[in-house]
Amino acid sequence: MMTRMEKRNLAMGLLFASPWVLGFLVFTLYPLIMSIYYSFTSFNVVQPAVWVGLDNYRELFFKDPVFWTALYNTLYFTLFSVPLCLASGLGIAMLLNQKLPGQSVFRTLFFLPSIVPIVASAVLWLWVLNPESGLVNSLLMQWFGIQGPGWIASPEWSKPSLILMSVWGIGGAMVIFLAGLADVPPTLYEVAELDGAGAWAKFRHVTLPMLTPTILFNLVMGLISSFQYFTQVYVMTGGKGTPVDTTMFYALYLYRNSFYYLRMGYASAMAWMLFMVILAATVGVLVSSRKWVFYHGE
Amino acid sequence: MANSRKTVKTALKLGILGLLSIAFVLPFVWMLSTSFKHESRIFPPPGQPPQWIPTTDVRDDQGRTLVKFDGKSAVDLGAEETGRHHLLLDGKQVEAWDHEIEPLQQVGLHWENYSKAFEMMDFWQNLRNTLFICFCTVLGTLVSSSVVAYSFARIPWRGRDAVFVLVLATMMLPYQVTLIPLFALYSKLGWVGSFKPLIVPYWLGVPFYIFLLRQFFKTVPEDLSAAARIDGCSEFGIYARIILPLAKPALATTALFMFLFQWGDFLNPLIYLQDDRQYTLAIALQQFQSQHVSAWGPLMAMSTVITLPIIVLFFFTQRTFIQGITMSGLKG
Repeated sequence: MMTRMEKRNLAMGLLFASPWVLGFLVFTLYPLIMSIYYSFTSFNVVQPAVWVGLDNYRELFFKDPVFWTALYNTLYFTLFSVPLCLASGLGIAMLLNQKLPGQSVFRTLFFLPSIVPIVASAVLWLWVLNPESGLVNSLLMQWFGIQGPGWIASPEWSKPSLILMSVWGIGGAMVIFLAGLADVPPTLYEVAELDGAGAWAKFRHVTLPMLTPTILFNLVMGLISSFQYFTQVYVMTGGKGTPVDTTMFYALYLYRNSFYYLRMGYASAMAWMLFMVILAATVGVLVSSRKWVFYHGE
Repeated sequence: MANSRKTVKTALKLGILGLLSIAFVLPFVWMLSTSFKHESRIFPPPGQPPQWIPTTDVRDDQGRTLVKFDGKSAVDLGAEETGRHHLLLDGKQVEAWDHEIEPLQQVGLHWENYSKAFEMMDFWQNLRNTLFICFCTVLGTLVSSSVVAYSFARIPWRGRDAVFVLVLATMMLPYQVTLIPLFALYSKLGWVGSFKPLIVPYWLGVPFYIFLLRQFFKTVPEDLSAAARIDGCSEFGIYARIILPLAKPALATTALFMFLFQWGDFLNPLIYLQDDRQYTLAIALQQFQSQHVSAWGPLMAMSTVITLPIIVLFFFTQRTFIQGITMSGLKG
């Protein structure tokens, strides 16, 4: 039996939580269930969904090469972009953490690109990477006399271009690394110095272990957003994933199936496959983190 | 000796930081520079270095352009269709071909890219739409998320912590999973093609901000609530008159992040807005880009206009910003 106080608290608690409860039921739980159902149907929104059993999943796995291309492109991007962004975010954060003059100005400069609206930065990079008159190729020509590649327009360079671009947006991860670095107790460095540790040893045996929780956080966030990479590539290729599907990312292909081809059942099956991939990657990282993440002082 | 080595090290680190930060800022400078250039300067002839500082033609007092011909400056009196120019050189009339002359340049800004972009995009309408959506979603998020966060932070109800885990779990759900059923739901309700799908969900609590505000509410001493309760204050009174005023920094962070997100949001307006009278700035820029693929002058002008308010906002709210990100990252 609940006491009167407990009953009152439950009523009040639910009353205050009721906006979220309503939102969860209508905008999360109901769509979640419907999404499973739609993934077994042929559905175009206009007409009622028609049950097709496992057809969508069968088509995904055995009949649709673009699905595999999209998955490959997304994994390729993730594999290079996420570690590169983590490493450069950490590197810049460490340089910034050294009480140098002008520190806050530098921090601002590195952070700015990450708050620019993605559409604007995508249009800007289209111009920066323009093969004829873009900034990068003009400078390559002026400084080194090299004819730069076609970047986003070239099948070989399109994905590396996007990976390069993603490094421009490391501001958020950098700020989180900075906060993590500020939490490392200075006494640890003093003790390490007494033991005769050099700069590398201090990084390897003090900074890195103490930062592992922060690395884990940035890694998981990076993975999740990288698997859903969409806006940049939509803007830069006009929603087409060109050239020859080399920038057909998973989320873009899913969008095309939903709103170009109106194959919403098929797209729902794709959404669930994506969810599984993200879940597997996240769980994999979290399980492995028991071996490499070091929690201190708790 | 040790001191001078330290100075060299510091200088080296500053040099690396300087070079890196220039690389990060250069695209912005390039954007701004392009937005003020005349079309003829945006695409320099092959082999020419990029122009950083925008220039304009030099004109004499009668508005005629000055050109360089044969190493001297001359007045361009006009050209025939064949490309033959009539020039006034040292008081004498001479003729020259297009490729033999070069217009004289002086530092100056071409504003016409901005006026062109404003005209082609229906800019003020797009701005009104964006601000309307920003306002409604920021207000909705502040009201709903703070009420819900109060429940999770300050009322000890049975099952609360389990439900809170559910709130956190929904943050992990990729949006693609609910995308299609939501679209189907909204089209059944007749909401597609209106602002409703972009606004209504934000009035029902946003998990990330519920989390953020809950963390903050928990730091307020329980004694304050207890004292107010003894004075006969209702639960809603405690929320509105004690907790909210103390949580101003967290509320500011919430408003700021939400505004920023909505200002640049792309996917939702792309799906739900169909009439170009409803477009937000982000959508309008993308549409404009897809129709004028190489109009780089107006495109960079528009990108500047969309980016600049965000940068200005950032400079005024830097501390709130950095604290917010740190808060979301470290306590997570």
